[in-house]
Amino acid sequence: MDGQVAIREVQKNYGSFKALDGVSLDIEPGEFVTLLGPSGSGKTTLLNVLAGFTRPDSGSVKMDGVEFLTLPPHKRDLGMVFQSYALFPHMSVLKNVGYPLKLRKVAKGEIDRRARAALDVVKMGHLADRDIGALSGGQRQRVALARAMVFEPKILLMDEPLSALDKNLREHMQIELKRLHDQLGTTTVYVTHDQREALTMSDRIAVINNGTLVQYDTPSRLYDHPVNRFVAEFIGESGFLPVEVREGRLTLFGEPVVSRDPWRGDTRAWMLVRPEKLAWREPEGPANRVDATVCEAIYQGDSFLLDLVLPDGGTIDVRCNPHTANIAIPSSGDKISFWISRDNTVLVEGEA
Amino acid sequence: MLNTPVTETQITHANRLWLYAVVTLVTIFLVVPCILVVPMSFSASEYLEFPPSELSLRWYRAFLGSPEWLGALWTSIKVAVPVTFIATALGTAAAWGLHRRFGLLFTLSRSLYMLPMLVPLILIAVGVFFVYARLGINGTIGGLIAAHTMLALPFVLIAVGNGLTSFDMNQHQVSRSLGASEFVAFFTVTLPQIRISVLSGAVFAFVTSFDEVVVALYISSGKNETLTRRMFSNIRDQVDPTVAAISSLLVSVVIIGMVLFLLLRKEEA
Amino acid sequence: MIAETSLSVTPRRSPRRPLNAQTLRVQARRERLGRIGLTLPGSILICVVLLIPVGWLFYLSAFDAAGNLTWANYERLGRSLYLRSFFTTFRVAGIVTLLTVLMGYPVAYMMSHARPRMATVILVAVMLPFWTSVLVRTYAWLVLLQRTGLVNGWLQSLGLTNEPLALVHNELGTIIGMTHVMLPFLILPLYASMKAVDPALMKAAANCGATPAQAFRQVYFPQTIAGLGAGAGLVFVLCLGFFVTPVLLGGGRVYMWAMQIGDNISLYGNWGSASALGVVLVLATGLVLFAIRILLKLAGGPR
Repeated sequence: MDGQVAIREVQKNYGSFKALDGVSLDIEPGEFVTLLGPSGSGKTTLLNVLAGFTRPDSGSVKMDGVEFLTLPPHKRDLGMVFQSYALFPHMSVLKNVGYPLKLRKVAKGEIDRRARAALDVVKMGHLADRDIGALSGGQRQRVALARAMVFEPKILLMDEPLSALDKNLREHMQIELKRLHDQLGTTTVYVTHDQREALTMSDRIAVINNGTLVQYDTPSRLYDHPVNRFVAEFIGESGFLPVEVREGRLTLFGEPVVSRDPWRGDTRAWMLVRPEKLAWREPEGPANRVDATVCEAIYQGDSFLLDLVLPDGGTIDVRCNPHTANIAIPSSGDKISFWISRDNTVLVEGEA
Repeated sequence: MLNTPVTETQITHANRLWLYAVVTLVTIFLVVPCILVVPMSFSASEYLEFPPSELSLRWYRAFLGSPEWLGALWTSIKVAVPVTFIATALGTAAAWGLHRRFGLLFTLSRSLYMLPMLVPLILIAVGVFFVYARLGINGTIGGLIAAHTMLALPFVLIAVGNGLTSFDMNQHQVSRSLGASEFVAFFTVTLPQIRISVLSGAVFAFVTSFDEVVVALYISSGKNETLTRRMFSNIRDQVDPTVAAISSLLVSVVIIGMVLFLLLRKEEA
Repeated sequence: MIAETSLSVTPRRSPRRPLNAQTLRVQARRERLGRIGLTLPGSILICVVLLIPVGWLFYLSAFDAAGNLTWANYERLGRSLYLRSFFTTFRVAGIVTLLTVLMGYPVAYMMSHARPRMATVILVAVMLPFWTSVLVRTYAWLVLLQRTGLVNGWLQSLGLTNEPLALVHNELGTIIGMTHVMLPFLILPLYASMKAVDPALMKAAANCGATPAQAFRQVYFPQTIAGLGAGAGLVFVLCLGFFVTPVLLGGGRVYMWAMQIGDNISLYGNWGSASALGVVLVLATGLVLFAIRILLKLAGGPR
């Protein structure tokens, strides 16, 4: 299958600011890869480099083994969906979708046929003759998608395409986009700052921060085995407990830490606290125990958010469902303990 | 009358009467001179009077029956139409070239394009007259077109530049990624969407040339005298009501243009 | 589909030369040149019909017929004839600028705060003179202000004067006509800056306890200074070099710089002193524009 992308050492500086600092990334044919990061991390710059809108200082992008970076945007043959959709207001829906075919000198009747077919795929066939102004946000999204794929590009690029939609529609479109990707099998590069969206849709996620690639992994490995505190913090709900490292021995509030993976770092480590991976009653087998005082218990409908004071005086917010945890509803001043079993213990490095 | 919700509890219309009065007076000051020439131009008398004691089309006949006046009008049109096309094309190209570009070269170019608007006209007129005299092209249509095109460039650049500022550059980029070259993308996607700005640039260019007096005073002459030059010498040397007829015609064109514009705007809203 | 999970945490720095750097640099330069190329036809035209002619005048002002450097043309500017026109020019420009500010500010204010229909009416009243030829408007004033004109007729029928006043062919007429010509140039930029003021600010000021007058003076007005300065500067600079209206309404009694430059050439053929005058005019224009920029920056500028 076509559509294999090899990104190598892409560097882009704006003055002394490094927007992209030597990013390398491999994307397999047909893969759905998400570039995930906070705003200003360089993820959009990287997408623009792929699309040809930003010219990096150096680097290489090869598609199926052919250098791609030095081609102008219109010779790259890739479909792009913008955050603002960027549908042409002076053309009808059908004209918009037919535009890339017209540029490729496809015969008139063929343009119509293929444009309508593409609109059918995104369930917009019945609105082909509408004006762009008459469409809702979700409909525009579908038209933009149809326009990006009508000419069967080898890669689809999407720049936060769902961020302008409201929450319900966004979740619906996520599933639909994923189904469409399974159906078409086009290599897709997707940019978002929404970690849940990334987890939902991607085969692999590239976490980007400060212009560098922090971790490139499947959603489950990113969630369960983040390489550092940044990734752990960015993906999923998380809290951190300080772990002392002295001559290879790890301690948490004075108690030795039990964990499966050996720790290679030498300074300070953080124990990752995920609400669904801790126990509020002592589990069987080895576990790390934490004693804390409830400072405040905030009711949030399906659960409580506990603001806990740790033995060292620090604080941590932990979500707790008293019913599934099988404990009394906590109130301010209560002493409370929780355990993280050895298998669930994840240690990460990084700045606080 | 004013639409300022916060102050309606603090200020009443009565408090603001002085403002309404001042604005009304200034508005009258602005409008009356433009309109009053119209009734006066229908006067039958040798001298201008208001209200005209007797109505006639005498001065319109004087204008339309005079080969000199008509020739001057024709010269102005022969100059203004090419100026409109050339200035719009050059100004639009420059606006696109300068859009979202920074650095010394682009800043210099931008400043250069503003010069025709900032250098006093009399100086341009005298200088061009001097250079054209050396080249022997004073009094030619071509020379006038070149000078007027230069004068119109900043207005086109500003109008089109404003259009580009509010234009979504993603539109251009998406068109590139869908397979359009820079050139094709500009003509199929960008230009259709900034057409109103380009059109207003063109109107500015036409008016700049058609209404221009000072440069034309120096470098147009003889049979290639522009309408404004002829009007200028006529007003300076004798107050001839023929000018009132011409002025009325020009004001009418402006009023019709503005009405059309307002109607168009209403239609789009 | 996913072969393996690669953990490329630390960026791999290769000792090799950066990939494609040379090609990308060449492409970037070519694109810049392409863009600047688009501006070239217009730039060349401006050079040929503006920079070269005006530059030539600069040359003529400083060199005599034999090509020797001389200050004679500039020394002549110290004569009383030139000094008088210098003062006339600045006086007229100053008065006209002041009048346009006083008349234009209320109009722009009303225009930016009135309901849409009223705003459109005022906008039309401003745009009509803006689009009407300067010649036509000057001519209209000539007719209105002449001894037997409409204004004198009204003044007499109202019993304000017994005999016609000299309203035109003097400085008064020139100032009236120029104010009319310049008003739109002040109102339009001012209107734009007023439109940009956040209406919530006045509410906030009222909420903080400001009276309407205080809110206007301390909150609203400072935010319109940039637009006012830009408009007033434009008007002043245009006045300095204005030709048509002073010639026609001044009746030869108001001798401004632009006219003196014109006369030096068409009447006396004196290119040297005309050019020297022109150089000073350009410098004065530049200086005024520069001073306004500095003042606006000191005043805080547009945010």
